[in-house]
Amino acid sequence: MMRAVGAADIAPRTYAWEIRAGGLKVRVGAKRMAVDGLDLSLGTGVHGLLGPNGAGKTTLIRALATVLRPAAGSLELLGEPAGGTGEAHRALRRRIGYLPQEFGYYKRFTVREFVEYMAWLKEVPKADVPAAVQRAVERVGLADRAEDRMKTLSGGMVRRVGIAQAIVNDPAILLLDEPTAGLDPAQRLRFRELLQELGADTCVVVSTHLVEDVAAACTDVVLFAEGRLRFQGTPDDLAAAGGPEHVGDSPLERGYSALLLDSAQERGTW
Amino acid sequence: MSVEHASTRIVDAYARGGEELAADEVWALEAHLETCGACRERLSAAVTSEAPALASLVGTVWSELEPHLAATVPVPPRRRWSAALTAWLTPVMVPWLATAVSVTLIALLLEVTGVRPGLGNGPLVLLFAPLLPVCGVAASWSRGLDPAYELTASAPRAGLPLVLRRTAAVLGVVIPPLLVGSWATGVSAGQWLLPALAFTSAALALGTVVGVTRACAALAVVWAAVVLAPTLATGRTTFALQPDGMPVWGLLLALGAGVVAVRKDAYSLLGTHR
Ligand SMILES: [Zn+2]
Repeated sequence: MMRAVGAADIAPRTYAWEIRAGGLKVRVGAKRMAVDGLDLSLGTGVHGLLGPNGAGKTTLIRALATVLRPAAGSLELLGEPAGGTGEAHRALRRRIGYLPQEFGYYKRFTVREFVEYMAWLKEVPKADVPAAVQRAVERVGLADRAEDRMKTLSGGMVRRVGIAQAIVNDPAILLLDEPTAGLDPAQRLRFRELLQELGADTCVVVSTHLVEDVAAACTDVVLFAEGRLRFQGTPDDLAAAGGPEHVGDSPLERGYSALLLDSAQERGTW
Repeated sequence: MSVEHASTRIVDAYARGGEELAADEVWALEAHLETCGACRERLSAAVTSEAPALASLVGTVWSELEPHLAATVPVPPRRRWSAALTAWLTPVMVPWLATAVSVTLIALLLEVTGVRPGLGNGPLVLLFAPLLPVCGVAASWSRGLDPAYELTASAPRAGLPLVLRRTAAVLGVVIPPLLVGSWATGVSAGQWLLPALAFTSAALALGTVVGVTRACAALAVVWAAVVLAPTLATGRTTFALQPDGMPVWGLLLALGAGVVAVRKDAYSLLGTHR
């Protein structure tokens, strides 16, 4: 489907990184710092956010989605400070797509109604909504189920609706929290293709605990543990960090456990 | 203003492609083509005459593409009513509002038939009017009841205007049956409307601090202590709902509205959904 090129598409970018965090701290609950002094710069491409469960990945993604306010440090998204208010903040949010880890939806809505509703919440111009919704639904391969109610869909299809609503506003930053949960192997393959497609002109951050997702679809790996950045580099760099003595079935998994082990030893708990 | 159009030599050379034109000529031509429909038309004619291979390639691509374009599913027309409705209500609010309206109607029925199971002899409509809108507000902005709360919180439209929109929808549904009820039983509307609005504004104000769900739960407790318990104990309309209590409710309403205005940014964060 054709899409008109708007002024925003050809305007020169005035920022070097889509996402830039410096000394970022985000609090969860009253005491715990789930993100504790993070320095991170991410540009266009697919960034795999890897880390053990409870490492603070979801908190970080929520801060990037601007639904949690940082406790300290700086966070710039598309050259704008993330903690802003008013019209500038709304304009920034219009350019972010977000799929939460627990993707909640209204069961009575059809796929199209739900994605349309999200397009409305995201302030997509009224005239563009039908085409934007159709394009998003087609990209996740649900065009033939668009008129079905959400409650009739399988878990994998619901997940794909979640991705469709995230991309319906053509975001410049796309945040996906554990998007492959509930997808079968074939859907996972298709999803990785879609990621690569989106990563060509979007800053995509995919949080996952599956090392294989990273290997297949990511241009860049961000290893996150205990609220801090442990490693950032290509999947090949990650694989190179591991040796035969480390735990794992693949070079990437061995690199992953090697780097986590290093960070654990730094803390002196071993 | 006279416009200088591109020469036929340049247009033809451009259509043929290759190295014939200097880079600055290409650049100047393209800049002109962007603004001049006449020259674009000349260029497309030149492509047909100067570069037949390209023209036939484009023709082939089109003829292969056309059946696919015809087969594309047309976008069905939007169901207007549902789109308009979701701007005010979420599906999870509907059962709550239905409950609120039913409660009002049942109370009205009890009042009319004179069956008053231990609820004192004051007008029933006064008893629960403050609580009904609070329940609606809870349903419109809470983690437990609204499955899409996190998506809603992350959207550009999240924030005070959306909360007020949903609150207005709640009041729009809940207040008319209460009006009918108070008219039928001869209670002045001001006597319950002010407490109801004060409770609503208090729910929104407190919600910016502890989250809307918790705020509504706390206000339900306050309602039980200040309105329900004294009425059940004494069998008379409690002081809080007597005309003398009205200035206090007015003050509470103003205070709540003030706090909401000051803390409005909290409504675009996840915390208010607690
Ligand atoms: Zn011209």
